Amino acid sequence: MVGGGLGGLWATLRIAEAGFPVALFSLFPVKRSHSACAQGGINAVLDVKGQRDSIWQHIVDTIKGGDYLAEQPPIKSMCEDAPGLIRTYDRMGVTFSRTPEGVMDQRLFGGVKNRRTAFAGATTGQQLLYGVDEQVRMYEDQGKVEKFEWWEFTSLVLDDNGACRGITAMNLETMKVKAFRADAVILATGGLGLVYGRSTMSTNSTGAAASRAYQQGARFANGEFVQFHPTAMPGHDKNRLMSEACRGEGGRVWVPKQIGDTRDPLSIPEDERFYFLEEWYPAYGNTVPRDVASKAIYKVVRHMGMGLGGEDVVYLDLSHHPREFLETRLGGILEMYETFKGEDPYTKPMKIYPAVHYSMGGLLVDYEKDETTGGMKTISPKNHATTIPGLWACGECDSGYHGANRLGANSLLSASYSGRVAGDAVAAYLKGVKETCESTPESAYEQELNRQRELNDSITRGDGSENPFTLHAELGDLMRSHVFVERNNAGLDKALEGIKTLKDRFSSVSLDDCGDWTNQSLSWARQIHDMIVLAEVIAKGARLRDECRGSHYKPEFELKIPEGKYPGDPEWDDYVAKWKANNEKWMKTTVATYTDNGPEIEFTPFDVSVLPPDKPRDYR
Amino acid sequence: MSSEIKFKIKRQDGPNNSPYWEEFAMPYAPSHNVVSALMYLREHPINTRGERVRPVVWDCNCMEEVCGACTMLINGVPKQSCAALVDDLAQPIVLEPLTKFPVVRDLQVDRSRMFDALRMTKAWVPIDGTYDIHVHAPIIDPKVQQERYEFSRCMTCGCCMEACPQYHPDSAFVGPAPLGQVYLHNAHPTGRFFRDDRLHSIMGEGGLTDCGNAQNCVQVCPKNIPLTTAIGGLGRQTTMQMFKDIFMK
Repeated sequence: MVGGGLGGLWATLRIAEAGFPVALFSLFPVKRSHSACAQGGINAVLDVKGQRDSIWQHIVDTIKGGDYLAEQPPIKSMCEDAPGLIRTYDRMGVTFSRTPEGVMDQRLFGGVKNRRTAFAGATTGQQLLYGVDEQVRMYEDQGKVEKFEWWEFTSLVLDDNGACRGITAMNLETMKVKAFRADAVILATGGLGLVYGRSTMSTNSTGAAASRAYQQGARFANGEFVQFHPTAMPGHDKNRLMSEACRGEGGRVWVPKQIGDTRDPLSIPEDERFYFLEEWYPAYGNTVPRDVASKAIYKVVRHMGMGLGGEDVVYLDLSHHPREFLETRLGGILEMYETFKGEDPYTKPMKIYPAVHYSMGGLLVDYEKDETTGGMKTISPKNHATTIPGLWACGECDSGYHGANRLGANSLLSASYSGRVAGDAVAAYLKGVKETCESTPESAYEQELNRQRELNDSITRGDGSENPFTLHAELGDLMRSHVFVERNNAGLDKALEGIKTLKDRFSSVSLDDCGDWTNQSLSWARQIHDMIVLAEVIAKGARLRDECRGSHYKPEFELKIPEGKYPGDPEWDDYVAKWKANNEKWMKTTVATYTDNGPEIEFTPFDVSVLPPDKPRDYR
Repeated sequence: MSSEIKFKIKRQDGPNNSPYWEEFAMPYAPSHNVVSALMYLREHPINTRGERVRPVVWDCNCMEEVCGACTMLINGVPKQSCAALVDDLAQPIVLEPLTKFPVVRDLQVDRSRMFDALRMTKAWVPIDGTYDIHVHAPIIDPKVQQERYEFSRCMTCGCCMEACPQYHPDSAFVGPAPLGQVYLHNAHPTGRFFRDDRLHSIMGEGGLTDCGNAQNCVQVCPKNIPLTTAIGGLGRQTTMQMFKDIFMK
């Protein structure tokens, strides 16, 4: 098991429970994983708010929220299993927020109309992570799980048939690389936000592990679909997330109607404020999905010139709520805003802007369809299997569930659910395994070890002029300039050229630290290389996909909803016809295969049998 | 305003090497925090004597004070370096590794003793299995949930251990943070079924009675977790347990 966030810990639990020994590798103590940063909540239909919420509606919202770009049977199964997962977390002792009568509370989130998000204050991810972390520690105490913390996954060990037979990993203290045999390997290595330099992600969310598997032959899907979270605090080290729960709990996004209005926001009267989300999308208002909100903020700032003080920020306003309400519902993150911004979000509107937040794309994973239910088979070794035999992937590093845009509070769900499913898949595989890794010759491991040692030597011996940290900053600038909220082909060509140059420059990298003890520069340099490889996958997919879908927005190919027209109007019917024709061409998974000359990309169809795409998304 | 940000950093090449001080200066920019400044310095690792040196090693991840990784002594106070804003700090900013844990290198320490303590105190709610049994945890009073929530925000960062006079490499004391976790799990409606085990784990040597009541832990906790409330509550619980153990024998 590589990675110890929600996905990795769930998979670990399931495999241990099935009676198989698990070795759990992580770059740091698993309790510090990026899942802790998820704030707002986790979606599951509990229908505790008298809204007659239904699992079917959760399925529809997820598929439509993702702009129809995801395999649908797994989505169906995930939404069906969500209430059971929440109940399990509740039994683990997770401190979900309660209603006055002591049952689990639910709040509103984006892209939906019902209150469907269970939460633990505004630190839900941290609470869920700790819940499974404790269960894993219990199994560790019982000898069922062995942790390898402070170890970095460096590569897969493949046998002559291309099947995965273990991994190599580097001890981050001694910097020694070791090979580990395994009958099955699961990657749950998280997102890739650091490819963009600054993002809402943790400093270890580089995507390097997924990139390494990709470079060894695993296919990478839908790389161009990167979520830009609409409400983050800009910063020069990181963009800190202000949860979608702010909008779900009634937060309003606005700018002054008058460009260059420098008055204190509280002194600006209601009728001189432009609540653009409420005006443009009256049906959903501030809780439109993230891709819609990010594009709107981008438009207001970049095209209408209405950013506050001419800068790239707009207001996210909670100041109309009583302090006590905000403290119990959002305290954790408002505290963070106050710490980092030095302003009081209880009384003053916050300043926010979209930031890179989540990768819908990832390692291509399979599933077995259950023809009787139309969902995914509960247990099958095919579920979450990558294209490399013996290798599975779950959590953000896989490509499932979210299509072209992820709904808020669906990530804690997909991380947990996919971890459970992948764990079950591996346990099922292990029960039937005929040829174990013990039959793989030692030479396969030695060969891979030698490759890794040579790679480390060549980097530490490098005496060129390139600094790995500078290369990362430049990669981030390039990606944020050309592969951001709004994209165009000329810019994407520039990005691809820039990436090629960075690749070349990487070969002249030299380190200020050539030692063999806790050498963070070496580990970082290796990750930079792997980030550059992923950047190319993202940019190339974006370049080739000439349409707008979810988070991927290329205005030159936009099919605009006719203004003021709704179902029944001929203009609407005409729009739907064009939309369907576009789907014929582009409603395909982008599949990247690694070659030394850059990714080879093909577009493949997928299963849309649960909710055939008849109606375009419309959040007006 | 100074045009520079000055640092004095206690460095140590490895667990068995002697520590030494090194000073750095970098161009001032607004709204830096200690981690973002260290990131600048690792790209430009030049000390105030103009020597190019090996970049400072430290631990960080979330950058928003929720993972606990980047804890260090900043001007003598244990806190998360990502949330320590340069503009609020007296210069030169003095950075040191936590003193209660073995140094790995420079500012990075090995806090595995804290995680071991969570294991030793059985800080979890045992469940039959991670499958759905179609029931929730029993109804929980929102006030109890709120109190538990305070404790469940503990990120095992080590600030309270650093500040505790009773906790050090030569003492067996389990320390405040794990005690908070015992209290947390004992307060859960089904977690309390196993409170005997947790209480027994803190009733021997290195347990609750090693607390010297200095109350430093609550002063330094970055999440304002009421650790002394937990310690007080556990005092009552262990006393009851002692009677129970005697009379139920």
